[in-house]
Amino acid sequence: MLDWPLLSLLTWIPIAGAVVVAALGQRSPDLVRPLALIVALATFGLSLLLYVGFDATTAQMQFVEKTIWIEAFNIHYHLGIDGLSLPLILLNTLICVLVIIGGWRITDRPHQYMAAFLMLHALMTGMFAAMDALLFYVFFEAMLVPMFLIIGIWGGPNRIYATVKFFLFTFFGSVFMLIALLWLYLDSGSFSIAELQQHEFGLVPQIWVFLAFLIAFAVKVPMWPVHTWLPDAHVEAPTGGSVVLAAVMLKIGGYGLVRFALPITPDAAAHLDWLVIALSLIAIVYIGFVALAQSDMKKLIAYSSISHMGFVTLGLFLAFAIARNTGELTGAGLGLSGAMVQMISHGFISGAMFLAVGVLYDRVHSREISAYGGVANTMPWFAMFAVLFFMANSGLPGTSGFVGEFMVILAAFHASFWFAFAAAATLILGAAYSLWLVKRVFYGEVANDNVASLKDLDGREWLMLTVLAVFTLGLGLWPYPLIELMEPSIQNLVEHIMQSKIG
Amino acid sequence: MTIAELQLALPEIFVLSMACVVLLADLFISDQRRGLTHTLAVVTLVFAAILSLRLMMAPGEEVLAFSDTFIRDRFGDVLKVFCYLILIGVFVYAKHYLRQFGLFKGEFYTLSLFALLGTMVLISAGSLLTVYLGLELLTLASYALVAIDRKSLQGSEAAMKYFVLGSMASGLLLFGMSLIFGATGSLDLNDVSAALASGMGESMLLTVGLVFIVLGIAFKLGAVPLHMWVPDVYHGAPLPITLFLSSVPKLAALALAIRLLDNGLIELHADWQGMLIVLAALSMVLGNVVAIAQTNIKRMLAYSTISHMGFVLLGLLPATQQGYAAAMFYAIVYAIMSAGAFAVLIMLSNKGAEAENLDDLKGLAKRNPWHALMMLMLMFSLAGIPVFVGFFAKWQVIAAALSAGFTWLSILAVVTAVIGAFYYLRVVKLMYFDDPEDTEPVAAPVDFQAVLTVNGLAMLGLGIFSGGLISLCVSSF
Repeated sequence: MLDWPLLSLLTWIPIAGAVVVAALGQRSPDLVRPLALIVALATFGLSLLLYVGFDATTAQMQFVEKTIWIEAFNIHYHLGIDGLSLPLILLNTLICVLVIIGGWRITDRPHQYMAAFLMLHALMTGMFAAMDALLFYVFFEAMLVPMFLIIGIWGGPNRIYATVKFFLFTFFGSVFMLIALLWLYLDSGSFSIAELQQHEFGLVPQIWVFLAFLIAFAVKVPMWPVHTWLPDAHVEAPTGGSVVLAAVMLKIGGYGLVRFALPITPDAAAHLDWLVIALSLIAIVYIGFVALAQSDMKKLIAYSSISHMGFVTLGLFLAFAIARNTGELTGAGLGLSGAMVQMISHGFISGAMFLAVGVLYDRVHSREISAYGGVANTMPWFAMFAVLFFMANSGLPGTSGFVGEFMVILAAFHASFWFAFAAAATLILGAAYSLWLVKRVFYGEVANDNVASLKDLDGREWLMLTVLAVFTLGLGLWPYPLIELMEPSIQNLVEHIMQSKIG
Repeated sequence: MTIAELQLALPEIFVLSMACVVLLADLFISDQRRGLTHTLAVVTLVFAAILSLRLMMAPGEEVLAFSDTFIRDRFGDVLKVFCYLILIGVFVYAKHYLRQFGLFKGEFYTLSLFALLGTMVLISAGSLLTVYLGLELLTLASYALVAIDRKSLQGSEAAMKYFVLGSMASGLLLFGMSLIFGATGSLDLNDVSAALASGMGESMLLTVGLVFIVLGIAFKLGAVPLHMWVPDVYHGAPLPITLFLSSVPKLAALALAIRLLDNGLIELHADWQGMLIVLAALSMVLGNVVAIAQTNIKRMLAYSTISHMGFVLLGLLPATQQGYAAAMFYAIVYAIMSAGAFAVLIMLSNKGAEAENLDDLKGLAKRNPWHALMMLMLMFSLAGIPVFVGFFAKWQVIAAALSAGFTWLSILAVVTAVIGAFYYLRVVKLMYFDDPEDTEPVAAPVDFQAVLTVNGLAMLGLGIFSGGLISLCVSSF
């Protein structure tokens, strides 16, 4: 059974599904929702087979598929996963199921909506599994197309500005990566990521290549100061779009840094780690304050995402400072593990928070905090979930939000007290904006008639929020399976990046 | 002149004969049965394609014929085959428009076939004379095509402009050729190349001649600063003529550049490279920036053409095999993409009114979802977004430029590609995010729809399976 080309199936089944859904939709609109759900569930089921068959004791690439794609340039259709990509693929297929369920009530062109999401998730799976740099780039760019349509067709009033901004920001960043990849190809003769990771070249070109990667992935993460597209995109996107954007798409930036920037240009990364750390700390602290000032719930969560993604980039680039300070590698892996855990955890929590806002928005059609108050009185069950997720967002121990942040802060102590100090400040800020939002929206007297007439969760919403709550708590209470899954790959990465590649 | 030589030129001879047959046959075909002329022209192209494919499959390298004035090589065969295929699409698209606008006459087919013949002669040109002969045959037919709607003032104005400026460009080119001839004493491209390699010719004379030749090429490509005619002619000509001008003649311009600069003047490559850098950079920047400001979609696509020709020049200027192959790939792909884009405009043209404003595309996704999807793919392909084939065209030329050390030019190219993405996205935005002003469904004949579908899906298919076309282009050099 495990001889199946699972990664190809995971990529192409949703694409085929999207085509069928889009084609059927014109004639039988009632069929598309169940059909899309079946495709998403099948894909999720197949991705569980990956988890079952995955050997967590090795850092080797597994489930490898390789055939020649463009012979003239030695480009391969090359897929494979290791401990870094598997959790993200699982997250992606799970979120896909949830957004399909979440979009059940879409009435404007539902077949295109479902098809766009299936396509988007398929491309993201392909991207996480791509082991050829050009194949990665193709998936990386191609997914802009469905997301552009999702925000532009089903988004809010200012959706066109938001979606064009989203597209152009990401496109602008990534073209520099294209130049860097081409340069690497001309220098090494290969687009294979594994070979590029072994390719030795001098510090100055490394710095240029590193900066190109950094621009591409920093826009995606997004890091301060190229984050400005995210609040716009989040606010205008439909709920499903926001969920995917926060839960999976932002992780692509972090994943790209782990897969490309760190191992291909380790010397430049060590040289310029101060830059990334500084930008991360600014994101964590400054954007934390910005989040505090928001009056729109989606915008607040968007800024909170930027701040939390700051932890990811911080964790990724702490390793060099730790190795310099302590001279050993044991602590260096901690930051990387923490960053990866934080990515997965933020995927659940931010996705859940956007779904929660979506639940309110569906009923009241407002995202303004001031339009609510005392929601807990009319929607007690919903309030329970929402408070859990906002607590998790502020890093409550026992939830997944705590694990990653704690690991990164711990690693930051090894690097420098002041890094840790600044990073820990976010725990206070995060708690401040999360809990203040909870207080204003959920607690207190019932603010107005809209809130008074609210109905509590229906079965569909229960299902989505329960799944995410289970993962948030499960990962918080017992993160070991996830960390174990990634451990060999992280160790391998640490050893790799500590060796100079200046030939 | 031997039989073997005639066989090499069989496609040209066939197209010439058939162009005459179409011209004569059309006289005896009544207006109701004008479809026959169309069928005859399409059949001509199909058979020409078979003839060229047979030559392409035949083993052997470059062969010279007719006292070295004619070159038969793989580059020429491949390019000709794509000319036929694209022209079939152009004919099918054009028929729908010509019928609606009362222009369905045999002249269109005869002139197009003569233009094709000119293109073929140019593609296979082995001497400065055949280069000029082919070019003039192509452009004279094009002038007449632009003025095909005699009652249209706009069309006549465009034809006049095109004629005056085009003649001047031909004059420049001819003057450049005469200087090269004066300096090297030969008209054959191979002899010119050999003479230059042996150090013959006064350098001042050669440089001046080269400047005129490059200017002529730049005009035919529509590269900045010799681009002024492009928006006016694209705008003024009837849609099917614009469609024609943006497809086959672009392949001819590529052949013109490769035959003259590579086959003939490769020894002067250090000189022409600098000129092409300026042309490429200006075209990419100006084309993409000015396109943003257009509200007329024909003008927008005209400026988009200018920017794309900048990319073609980017592939040509390193003067490497990889670069030529990339430029060839780019030109072929561009011709297919722009044919599809203009076809959608033809489809949207109602009786008496061309769809030429961007607003005419509003809400197309609701009026005709399938063809809106085709247009979406065409636009993303033009913007250079993977997995569409336009991306593979762009990255190949950029790879070629990078490998020749033009890092800053490559960075400029990708930045202008981002700027360019904006106006292609605007088309998608109009189709998908806006509501239609006119809710009438868009209809087109079956053959039109079929060709447009193939054209749109080709963006995806040629992208996913780009390896084949890339190998074909690489093996041409």
